[in-house]
Amino acid sequence: MRAIVTVLGKDRVGIMSTVCALLAQHNVNILDISQTILQDYFTMVMLVDANQCDLPFAELAALLEQEGKERDLSIRAQREDIFNAMHRI
Amino acid sequence: MINTTEILDTIHMIDQQHLDVRTITMGISLLDCADPDPNVACRKIYDKITRRAERLVATGEAIEAEFGIPIVNKRISVTPIALVAGASETDSYVPFAVAMDQAAKAVGVNFIGGFSALVQKGATQADRKLIASIPEALARTELVCASVNVGSTRAGINMNAVGVMGRTIKECAQLTAEQGGFGCAKLVVFCNAVEDNPFMAGAFHGVGEPDCIINVGVSGPGVVHHALKEVKGMPFDVVAETVKKTAFRVTRMGQLVAQEASRRLGVPFGIVDLSLAPTPAIGDSVARILEEMGLETCGTHGTTAALALLNDAVKKGGVMASSHVGGLSGAFIPVSEDEGMIAAAHSGVLHLDKLEAMTCVCSVGLDMIAVPGDTSAATISAIIADEAAIGMVNSKTTAVRIIPAPGKVVGDTVEFGGLLGSAPVMPVHSQSAEAFIARGGRIPAPLQSLKN
Repeated sequence: MRAIVTVLGKDRVGIMSTVCALLAQHNVNILDISQTILQDYFTMVMLVDANQCDLPFAELAALLEQEGKERDLSIRAQREDIFNAMHRI
Repeated sequence: MINTTEILDTIHMIDQQHLDVRTITMGISLLDCADPDPNVACRKIYDKITRRAERLVATGEAIEAEFGIPIVNKRISVTPIALVAGASETDSYVPFAVAMDQAAKAVGVNFIGGFSALVQKGATQADRKLIASIPEALARTELVCASVNVGSTRAGINMNAVGVMGRTIKECAQLTAEQGGFGCAKLVVFCNAVEDNPFMAGAFHGVGEPDCIINVGVSGPGVVHHALKEVKGMPFDVVAETVKKTAFRVTRMGQLVAQEASRRLGVPFGIVDLSLAPTPAIGDSVARILEEMGLETCGTHGTTAALALLNDAVKKGGVMASSHVGGLSGAFIPVSEDEGMIAAAHSGVLHLDKLEAMTCVCSVGLDMIAVPGDTSAATISAIIADEAAIGMVNSKTTAVRIIPAPGKVVGDTVEFGGLLGSAPVMPVHSQSAEAFIARGGRIPAPLQSLKN
């Protein structure tokens, strides 16, 4: 199943590596990344493949959210379907 | 791949504009639970609800977590209890409400609707017993919601039932006086009630429905409000298009959640209800949308036209986004549940007469309105009659959920908390309708041609 991981928050060293390490640790493959920094505000959007993930998807999402909270970032993982439904006919 | 702007759009809608799925409601038929022994019938009701809805809450939460979209309520609607309890040899239907309440608590939903009777043309013995049981049933249970349909476009208005419901509402308020008349917040009087409404307090599972079904109610006043901020000063053509596009997106999300819930639970998908359902939270108000169109305060002249546009555009946008649309679909205008409506009522601009006019073009009716505690039963009945007449003549659903708050006067506020919010006590006309309501009988069904 494909999912979108978004990371929003104030820019700082190591955001990317933290998120990528966590995804790799749970066997989630990153398919695409786009990242911008606007006025010190970090925005990263990733398309990932969670088919081989060693956790149920909801747990992975909770883990990422927790990880984000500890670093004052908003990190969320959502199934890609929700974005397709809202923005594509 | 979906582009970054679109992804961030969705995330902002959820984070900052209160986008959510308001409810996943499982409709369950209880027709097969009828039994001459009321205890057996109640046990069958409890067993069936807890069996059918066992995984409802967990499934809702799982979808919420995976899709990252809040699903605020998980609820149950059941067959109107008067139809089920009619077979039982008993005079009080309160134990049926208790069984529903216990089942709802066991499965973890936050409301269960269907303590209902359909009496638009006349009442059976069971309907009368059910209505008589409503005040005690709502006072003794927490999660049970009741509704009574007193009129329809095809049957006319049952004025005997309208009279009874005025007294029933008063009694409900008295039995729950300590909570500001909270019982009345769980009681809806309908005209043209729909059989697949997922929203409380008026949800019940109609007899034309299958054994079990999943209906979903979407929301999103905040998202529409935000979208309209981008088109300030533009003509109404642009306003209508903007609302349509926004409603389309919101409904697509609701449709996805509905199908996913239906698949995971192995229960057929019924409908998506395209409603703009406000909450007392700032930024989640229907009144503020109307004000965004250019009205200083909701309730002033122009409000009805603004609401008419909004209601219609929501339906037009949503209808293409879902395979099956139903329920009440439109814009809700519950006073206590809408931050902007509360403010407008407090300021004295929004009053009952204007709200009544607004119900001609909104999706339901006079909803969550607190009136002084000394309002007579006949006046409440007359308010119900007016509202039912609007529904009957315009072939639309109308409803009254009114709280004659015990001991409160105009200017006071009744606090219900949570989604039910707080209701400013609004003035009613003091002139009597006693003789009007005392007549009883039926108002005949209206002509369906010569529409002027």
